[in-house]
Amino acid sequence: MSGQVAIVGVAQTRFQSEKRAQNYAELVHEVVSELFRTTGATHDDVDNIVSASSDFWDGRTISNMAIQDVVGAYMKSESKVSSDGTLAVLYGMMRILSGQYKTTLVVAHSKGSEGVPNLIANAAFDPIYQRQLGIDGLSTSALQARRYMEKYGVSEEDVALVSVKNLGNARKNPYAQVAGEFTVEEVMQSGYLAEPIKKLEASPISDGACALLLAREDIVDRFTDKPVWLKGVGHCQDSYYLGDRDLAESDALAVAARRAYTMAGIDDPRREIDVAEVYDAFAYQELMWTEILGFCPRGEGAELIRSGVSTMDGTLPVNPSGGVLAAHAVIVAGLVRVAEAALQLRGEAGEHQIPGAKTALAHGSFGYCGHMHCVWILSNEK
Amino acid sequence: MRREKEKDYLYITLHTELPYRYSAGRYMSRFLTTLRDEARILASRCTHCGTVLVPPRVVCGNCFAEMEEFVEVGPRGTLKTFSVINFPFIDPFTGVQRPVPYGYAIVQLDGCDNGLPHFLDEIDVHKLRIGLRVEAVFKPQDEREGAMTDILHFRVIGD
Repeated sequence: MSGQVAIVGVAQTRFQSEKRAQNYAELVHEVVSELFRTTGATHDDVDNIVSASSDFWDGRTISNMAIQDVVGAYMKSESKVSSDGTLAVLYGMMRILSGQYKTTLVVAHSKGSEGVPNLIANAAFDPIYQRQLGIDGLSTSALQARRYMEKYGVSEEDVALVSVKNLGNARKNPYAQVAGEFTVEEVMQSGYLAEPIKKLEASPISDGACALLLAREDIVDRFTDKPVWLKGVGHCQDSYYLGDRDLAESDALAVAARRAYTMAGIDDPRREIDVAEVYDAFAYQELMWTEILGFCPRGEGAELIRSGVSTMDGTLPVNPSGGVLAAHAVIVAGLVRVAEAALQLRGEAGEHQIPGAKTALAHGSFGYCGHMHCVWILSNEK
Repeated sequence: MRREKEKDYLYITLHTELPYRYSAGRYMSRFLTTLRDEARILASRCTHCGTVLVPPRVVCGNCFAEMEEFVEVGPRGTLKTFSVINFPFIDPFTGVQRPVPYGYAIVQLDGCDNGLPHFLDEIDVHKLRIGLRVEAVFKPQDEREGAMTDILHFRVIGD
């Protein structure tokens, strides 16, 4: 990259099933105010805003207009990503690298509590040949889980380990919605939502918001003495139609990871990455994604947990925050992965801090069964 | 200062009716009318790589070449993956909740290179496995309307 861009501040709300006391503007105002308070930035320091939200989830055309005053968008450049928040970071970085802007406020918001989540999910499918067929995030993920587990010999107990780990980690994350000390047996007996996916293996739908401030390298010092550098990014998408893909694979993630690793100069991700936050909307996905990210051979994702590599005190902890299983505000959750990775690199992750983390991976996904992936490599060393 | 309670925060409820009519286009119109009138399933073949994809579409995503030829596929095929769904689903076309549990699958139709997601009539997971042979069950002719649901579901026919 010509010139470098850093994250100079992060803020997130607590994630809850229903944030009745805040409308969208008030929700976003909370994180933007916190960001300004912790960075010392003012409205005048922000040249450009990239927001992430969804018209369908918010139930209004031009969903970003609900927040334009609280992000300070009057007479400035503001545009919206209607996809995962990791892409909002990508567009924010690109705008700074264009030379036109010194800073970018990146913000994402969503409230699952205000609409009907599975109808909104269903509306993402083709109206002519797919929507009538009872299809949503859960049913399609169940098809993927079955296909992946069959192809790589992964057991239901293997998948349950992810929930035990991540919901356990979430007990130390004050922003998490779901947390608890569970055993494999308790996960196994939590009831099938859609076989083989069980209740404790499915993320909740949350209300919440997250914000980052990005800055060009020459003015980073104005906001922080702990910048987190954007070292590499890769973005790729697969065929949208599920029937066209082998759901046990995710070539789009493999390509996105390779691009990010090449840009960041990562040769051996298992050794060089200190902590990872991945998009585990369902427990089986953490196994799939960590395998395809190259942390271990295919089919051995559960072994990463069993051997202690990806647990909190391992050499490559995965989802110390509890991941998406602990809080899933759609659109926001990928931005939270970036924010959590940044907190780790700033040494500000509190009780779920991984000591001495220098290089982190953050992963976002959007669409069903990992249609789109965006992989970030962050570092606290320039 | 007055102490605020949850009930002090109001909800404004809207049941927005926001109707659309979606053009099925040339490929899907032919697919749906053939399904309705003849109970046959059409796919498209790529002029460049020869891949056969269902439902038919204008371009093969892999080679970005036009798909000009229609071919008949199925009605038999093989289970690529499956689930039994216990989570209530509200059909957006009828507003009625589909009874649970119900079977769901991706089927690779004979003569086809990709999969078709659809309902499965079997709800006992112990009787299901990847690779089983299945067959499309069509609605009776006088009930077919030119929709994906003219295929009622797939039924297991054995190994």
